[in-house]
Amino acid sequence: MAEKKMRQIAIYGKGGIGKSTTTQNTVAGLAQLGKKVLIIGCDPKADSTRLILHAKAQTTVMDKVRELGTVEDLELADVLKVGYGGIKCVESGGPEPGVGCAGRGVITAINFCEEEGAYTPDLDFVFYDVLGDVVCGGFAMPIRENKAQEIYIVVSGEMMAMYAANNICKGICKYAESGSVRLAGLICNSRNTDLEAELIEALAARLGTQMIHFVPRDNQVQRAELRRMTVIEYSPEHKQAEEYRQLAQKIAENEMFVVPTPLEMEELEELLMEFGIMEAEDEAIVGVAENA
Amino acid sequence: MAERKPIEGITIEKTEKLIADTLAEMPEKAAKKRKPHLGANEPSVSSCAVKSNKKVVPGVMSQRGCAYAGAKGVVWGPIRDMVHVSHGPIGCGVYSWGTRRNLMHGIPGVTSFPMDFTSDFQERDIVYGGDKKLETLLREANELFPLNKGLSVLSECPVGLIGDDINAVAKKMEKELDKLVVPCNCEGFRGVSQSLGHHISNDSIRDHVIGKYEFAEEVGPYDVALIGDYNIGGDVWAAKPILEEIGLTVKSVWTGDGEIEKIAATNKVKLNLIHCYRSMNYMCKVMEEKWNIPWLEYNFFGPTKIEESLRAIGKQFDDKIRKNVEKVIKKYRKEMDDVLAEYRPRLEGKTAMLFVGGLRPRHTIGAYEDLGIQITGAGYEFAHQDDYDRTAPEMAKGALIYDDVSEFELEKFVEELKPDLVGSGIKEKYVFQKAGIPFRQMHSWDYSGPYHGYEGFKIFARDIDMAINSPTWGLVKSPF
Repeated sequence: MAEKKMRQIAIYGKGGIGKSTTTQNTVAGLAQLGKKVLIIGCDPKADSTRLILHAKAQTTVMDKVRELGTVEDLELADVLKVGYGGIKCVESGGPEPGVGCAGRGVITAINFCEEEGAYTPDLDFVFYDVLGDVVCGGFAMPIRENKAQEIYIVVSGEMMAMYAANNICKGICKYAESGSVRLAGLICNSRNTDLEAELIEALAARLGTQMIHFVPRDNQVQRAELRRMTVIEYSPEHKQAEEYRQLAQKIAENEMFVVPTPLEMEELEELLMEFGIMEAEDEAIVGVAENA
Repeated sequence: MAERKPIEGITIEKTEKLIADTLAEMPEKAAKKRKPHLGANEPSVSSCAVKSNKKVVPGVMSQRGCAYAGAKGVVWGPIRDMVHVSHGPIGCGVYSWGTRRNLMHGIPGVTSFPMDFTSDFQERDIVYGGDKKLETLLREANELFPLNKGLSVLSECPVGLIGDDINAVAKKMEKELDKLVVPCNCEGFRGVSQSLGHHISNDSIRDHVIGKYEFAEEVGPYDVALIGDYNIGGDVWAAKPILEEIGLTVKSVWTGDGEIEKIAATNKVKLNLIHCYRSMNYMCKVMEEKWNIPWLEYNFFGPTKIEESLRAIGKQFDDKIRKNVEKVIKKYRKEMDDVLAEYRPRLEGKTAMLFVGGLRPRHTIGAYEDLGIQITGAGYEFAHQDDYDRTAPEMAKGALIYDDVSEFELEKFVEELKPDLVGSGIKEKYVFQKAGIPFRQMHSWDYSGPYHGYEGFKIFARDIDMAINSPTWGLVKSPF
């Protein structure tokens, strides 16, 4: 039998778009497919594994480092927890807003996981759930050489979410040149904006990728979250659970990995106009930069 | 001032050819960048002075330090009654721990302590910030050394990268400890050399120190401060008595063997006397603007410059001081003549090349010339335009001037000009000594000193004679 290849996947997207919720629900779907998955939460808020572990926040790598004084004294067992469906979970953790260096926390945590052998050969997937934009080198750590090769961007039909997605694509281009990281698709986490699916399909086409799945908006997600569970665990029969299972299936079968072609700001605005989000007659009332 | 006699064999044309030949051996891009930093001296035209205070050319071996080095090593380190905290990973603190020969009163380890601490940053301090650790450190350091009169916090690079607010911590702890706590944002990556570290430190003194204390005694008409003497090898202890002998009272010294409360009260003196212009001119200007305190550059290297400086200082005061000045000059004249009588015959006609810091090359020229030695080349690691403006008139026409010289350039220049002595730093010392060229390490006075004042000149003359005329050189056979 051919050796199983571990796929490393990073999830990016604008802050508050639903990366952590989407990731955990999708990973739960993969677990139902019998896949072995490790989630590494790369966000100081440490909320990437709550729905899997049913706990507010697990002990993070950086919490433990702070307690012990040095990363060398840390054991993997201290920070690696197993939750729903045998999903392994690690949270990098980090400082409260406004102090220290959260990016360095991500680097420290990922290096630690590698050195301590968290990436066991039985794993099918490693998911990196990364905070918001790629603001500095630390948050690009998951897409450096020999880490995630596939990136999914969570996006919605809101302009700023699309803008952020486009920016992340610029970041991917930089690392795609020197490494093997590729864009694997956009996940539309619906906000019920006009023509949302069509718009994201069009954006995906412009970026040279696909909208791998359209996740409709459903309050069942919130109901499950309040019970610290994924929809798949809380209500496996619910139609929203089926959406995440489909997404998981598509990711498992996905073979479309591209170097994205990011858009210029004007092109992005044109796209919005094309879909009537910004109507042509609106142009008269568009804010104009003073030096334009 | 009269222009110097030309040095035999040195002309502008020859020097320019030497520069061109040296540049020709470099990659084109580097040569283009280095060209404006090298020049042949034209004493009457200061505008021909070389370009300075620019980033080091990548790939060359440089002698420069960083802003942190300028702050810790030069300005703060010598203050003897303060705890100095190197805030960041451990290396910067350890390698600047008592490594400069700024001597302090007392018996080391018995009655005087270099009160140096480091916050020894680990990964967690980078990720979570080091503010709380710094608070704890300041508290504990203050307990360990309760007699300290203040604490300085010197930022290393990572502190600036992660944005730790040392200013807020300093403010809080100053209140809690009831001691001066001085933050200094001297991250090493700021600026092109240690020079910016001096400036940042001066600004910290301006913002957090000056005016916060009063002298214990009434301020008198002859009160002065000694600025920019770091007591290398005991320089302050050789310079201060001369000023006292002419009737002045030295109220504070910045910062050699310094005391922070006296430094803080310096805004009450009548005159600031500045030795190292490069590292301390900023605060002299601040005190002039804010408190109308005049400042005067002086030079205590060699009898000629000492006499010149004493007379200039005398002009700032009344007849009483001026009479004292003449008395003092007369008193030491005989002693100095004896020194010259002994050493000058053995040193007359020799040449030397200098490359140090930001002040000493131009300041020591007079002392070399007193001994009959001519300076064929000089330059600085981190000097600015105003330093080169002050250097041009001190050197002969056509003498070589080099700013931020690389090891390659300096070796080539020395090879061509064949000086009898090179005065520079530790990195150069063994290169030239192994080539059979006498050398003095002029940052630390080569473990000797003091070199300032009358007392210092005797030692300087002895050391230079010892270096140049040592029979050792006749026994060295370089294999190269």
